[in-house]
Amino acid sequence: MKPEDIIRPENKVYSRPRLLTDTYTHYCPGCSHGVVHRLVAELLDEMGLAPKAIGIAPVGCAVFAYNYIDIDWIEAAHGRAPALATAASRLYPDRLVFTYQGDGDLAAIGTAETIHAANRGEDITIIFINNGIYGMTGGQMAPTTLLGMKTATTPYGRRSDLNGYPLNITDLLARLDGTCYVTRQAVHTPAAVRKTKAAIKKAFQNTSEKRGTSIVEIVSTCNSGWKLTPAQSNEWMVEHMFEKYPLGDLKDVERKA
Amino acid sequence: MAKVHGAVTIDSARCKGCDLCVVACPADVLELQPKEVNDRGYHFAYPAHAEACIGCAACATVCPDACIEVYRVVDKNN
Repeated sequence: MKPEDIIRPENKVYSRPRLLTDTYTHYCPGCSHGVVHRLVAELLDEMGLAPKAIGIAPVGCAVFAYNYIDIDWIEAAHGRAPALATAASRLYPDRLVFTYQGDGDLAAIGTAETIHAANRGEDITIIFINNGIYGMTGGQMAPTTLLGMKTATTPYGRRSDLNGYPLNITDLLARLDGTCYVTRQAVHTPAAVRKTKAAIKKAFQNTSEKRGTSIVEIVSTCNSGWKLTPAQSNEWMVEHMFEKYPLGDLKDVERKA
Repeated sequence: MAKVHGAVTIDSARCKGCDLCVVACPADVLELQPKEVNDRGYHFAYPAHAEACIGCAACATVCPDACIEVYRVVDKNN
């Protein structure tokens, strides 16, 4: 068959999600943010939640998320997305409130807000992009940076005696009573992307049903910060990141009364 | 046995040439343009071996810029 016989509207099996705007993203080529943006846009459309959704944009690489997904957004101060999401979900209980944060935002400056929002069991979804580096500011060490990992501020690798240990904040959040669903996923292969989509879908469902805080960590790549090609960073992530941040569900329970 | 024919269209202006779709494709359909670049200077992906496409949408699933559309036809006579 010729391509022109196949490329017809009735044969289409995959197209760009309706909710993604035409703006070109500012992300580096191969950045995991783009995949997660696309999954969020697809899911909100498929679940019919787009008119009800309020996204809280972080400070970090995803700061312009409001330019890329056509839903209601609020831009939070650095790290304060869960606090803002608390306000939004309490003032508009019928809306779906989610935050979209990176590791510098969620695990460094916003640790207090994140832990307390999760501990209060706010009915929000937290989408957490963990790439172990401060991507936007030029690849400095983040709390989630692995031991021995070279960054702009740890040029000889992160040392535990000088820089402390990598912070596995999702494991920490899974132990709080307020969280109902905590999972860690990745988007490096088509199968992993589908699993991540199912995880975010479940988190959005939990939030719609007011079951507590849902956290979806997505172990991601930062090929610019890691100084690798996108394909090499995926391999590096599988080899090194998954040891400290193993994939899978950490918690899936009903909230305690 | 039914044969599956697929085809992809790539929004070359939006493509950033990250190479992830090329790696993900199980049928080795896609390649990056070796010399040609788009308006923003990226070597965009194109279906170099279009006839091998099976329409599995693996490329579109991993594309960070959502610039790939996938079409699929199941040919029952073949």
